[in-house]
Amino acid sequence: MQSLEIKDLHVSLTETPEKAIVKGLNLTIKTGEVHAIMGPNGMGKSTLAKVIAGHPDYTITSGDVLLNGKSILEMEADERARAGLFLAFQYPSEIPGVSIANFLRAALQSRLSEGEELDATGYYKKLYSKMDLLKIDRKFTSRSVNEGFSGGEKKRCEILQMAMLEPTFALMDETDSGLDIDALKIVAEGVNTLRGEKLGVLLITHYQRLLNYIVPDFVHVMYDGRIIKSGDKSLALELDAKGYDWVKKDLAPT
Amino acid sequence: MNPDTLETTGAVENPAVGIDQSAGNFTYDVKYDFDAGTGLSERTIDYISSVKKEAPWINEFRHKALKTFLSMPMPTHWATKDLENINFDKIRYYLSQGTKPKRTWDEVPDDIKKTFERLGIPEQERKFLAGVEAQFDSEAAYSNIKETVAKQGVIFVNSTEGLREHPEIFRKFFGKVIPTSDNKFSALNSAVFSGGSFIYVPPGVKVSHPLQAYFRINAENFGQFERTLIICDEGSEVTYMEGCTAPKFSTSTLHSAVVELVALKGAKIQYITVQNWAPNVFNLVTKRGVAHEEAEIKWIDCNIGSRLTMKYPGVVLKGRKARGEVISIALANDGQHQDTGAKMVHAADETTSTIVSKSISVGQGRATYRGVVHIPKHLKGCKNNTECDALLINTNSRTDTYPAITVRGDSHAAQHEASVSKVSEDQIFYMQQRGLTEGQAMSLSVNGFINDLARQFPMEYSVELKRLIDLEMEGSVG
Repeated sequence: MQSLEIKDLHVSLTETPEKAIVKGLNLTIKTGEVHAIMGPNGMGKSTLAKVIAGHPDYTITSGDVLLNGKSILEMEADERARAGLFLAFQYPSEIPGVSIANFLRAALQSRLSEGEELDATGYYKKLYSKMDLLKIDRKFTSRSVNEGFSGGEKKRCEILQMAMLEPTFALMDETDSGLDIDALKIVAEGVNTLRGEKLGVLLITHYQRLLNYIVPDFVHVMYDGRIIKSGDKSLALELDAKGYDWVKKDLAPT
Repeated sequence: MNPDTLETTGAVENPAVGIDQSAGNFTYDVKYDFDAGTGLSERTIDYISSVKKEAPWINEFRHKALKTFLSMPMPTHWATKDLENINFDKIRYYLSQGTKPKRTWDEVPDDIKKTFERLGIPEQERKFLAGVEAQFDSEAAYSNIKETVAKQGVIFVNSTEGLREHPEIFRKFFGKVIPTSDNKFSALNSAVFSGGSFIYVPPGVKVSHPLQAYFRINAENFGQFERTLIICDEGSEVTYMEGCTAPKFSTSTLHSAVVELVALKGAKIQYITVQNWAPNVFNLVTKRGVAHEEAEIKWIDCNIGSRLTMKYPGVVLKGRKARGEVISIALANDGQHQDTGAKMVHAADETTSTIVSKSISVGQGRATYRGVVHIPKHLKGCKNNTECDALLINTNSRTDTYPAITVRGDSHAAQHEASVSKVSEDQIFYMQQRGLTEGQAMSLSVNGFINDLARQFPMEYSVELKRLIDLEMEGSVG
């Protein structure tokens, strides 16, 4: 079993270090588990995902993030990725002129040691089997990464990349945003297919509806840069019924 | 390190610039039997003519051109002031071991052969070329055409030999597409030209594999002035590719070529250049073709190297339904200025021209696009489509676009699109999050940007192009 530990994490925007966004967050995720972080917008949920992935816009002012007990804070974003962290973006970038197939090939190649060449036949075999698994049309991977994609296609592209790169921990940032219910079901089915003993998932979402399709093991409520309540999947339903004001009331005045 | 390497600037001072030249950045000590000395005068010209044993009309042509060159000002009223840094008195205008190229690599003198072997030319020839000409400084050291192609009546020789053996064809077209006085550098070339290819493809012959020329500068303080003339007779087809390298010297090197293409009725010429000169080379080249009725001329021009390149391949669309196309890729890294573009002169009805230009500016590199499209009033049904896209890598990178499209008359269609984009931090982070290093991410973005154009190159060249871009981009970040 592997673990991703977030310890008393404090984060600010690199530009405005005096203004904290994440204020002492603690969370441990183990492979095989699916955690959901819920909360109103603007409470630091997306910041958390980006900062774990190593986005240069954010600075960690104190605390630590440990992958299997080792701090990853000194690692560049690409090193963290190669170490097994995957971020499914809320707004994936377009890469004009680079096909999904070539992009994934470059990403996998980057995981090999110098001088080692990715086996092309093996690569395509794996790509096609993952696409079959996720019910993605073969033509999809010859398109440029995210260029002109619908919201649903972008998210499927993220799921396909996740399937190919086989991360240990996947951080899924608002994976449901901008999706209609059919697209949401498809994406959820993809995540459920990849779910298993070898993968830990952190789902970040504003809405409970995603959790109808991807049932989490743990639910956390994030408010003002911290986790203020944790529970099992029933917490999500309770939140949906009572709204975020309900947990806010539980907060002791500071 | 090879013990007989005279100079290898192994460690490149500026990692963002020199890296791509590493393959070509070496020079061997070569003994030149013929050397016109330093500086340019009437004596220089007479020396070149006598070494080549030229006909009097050629010598006369050279002398006239020298006068024209001396009388013309530097075009710095529109072009970069960097041109003023060329010192014409410090250049060597002619260096060779003789004027007769060898037909087999075994006959090529060892000191020259090892250069081309190191550059992989004989290997490429075996693999996919119909003929090769390898120019070393002023003259071709090797020139050969596959027997099957020669049997079809195709002529592929250097310009010295072309003038000597085929004056009846050569003289008819020589200097007709690009007159001596076209610009200061075409005049200079006309005065001191040496080397370059002469190609004639007989009517109806379609040369299935590309013919290739490789231009190598070996000497310091040298100027290379090749002159290429390609004539495709009615209904014939040819693809010509040229590559080039030079070692990096602290002094400047001048490369100033003139290339003239003639596509007679229904003929097709495709001319591919991958320019990878060292970053001390002034590359000032005039390239133009005339396309007759239903003929097609396509320039695929890729500029990665040099200090300053000024090159605007053009097509004069002289016959009805003639087609012209320029595909231009330019990559300007620190210390480089790629001033490139295209010229399309419509001179007949229903002629079509297309220009697609993509430039990439890295660091303090500067890319300039200049395009001229001319469609006069008396013509009918002409079409032009111009697209120029620029990609900026760093915040201090620079790009300029000067399109001049003149369309008169009301039965024409012209379209112009331009875009400038930047590789965004989000895009780089996205790719890094998938495991690519920052440099790999940059490379991939750049390769994606030119992907649709790179695909038009022959396989071997597009692979090489990708490799060169990867190398260039490696040092561009951080």
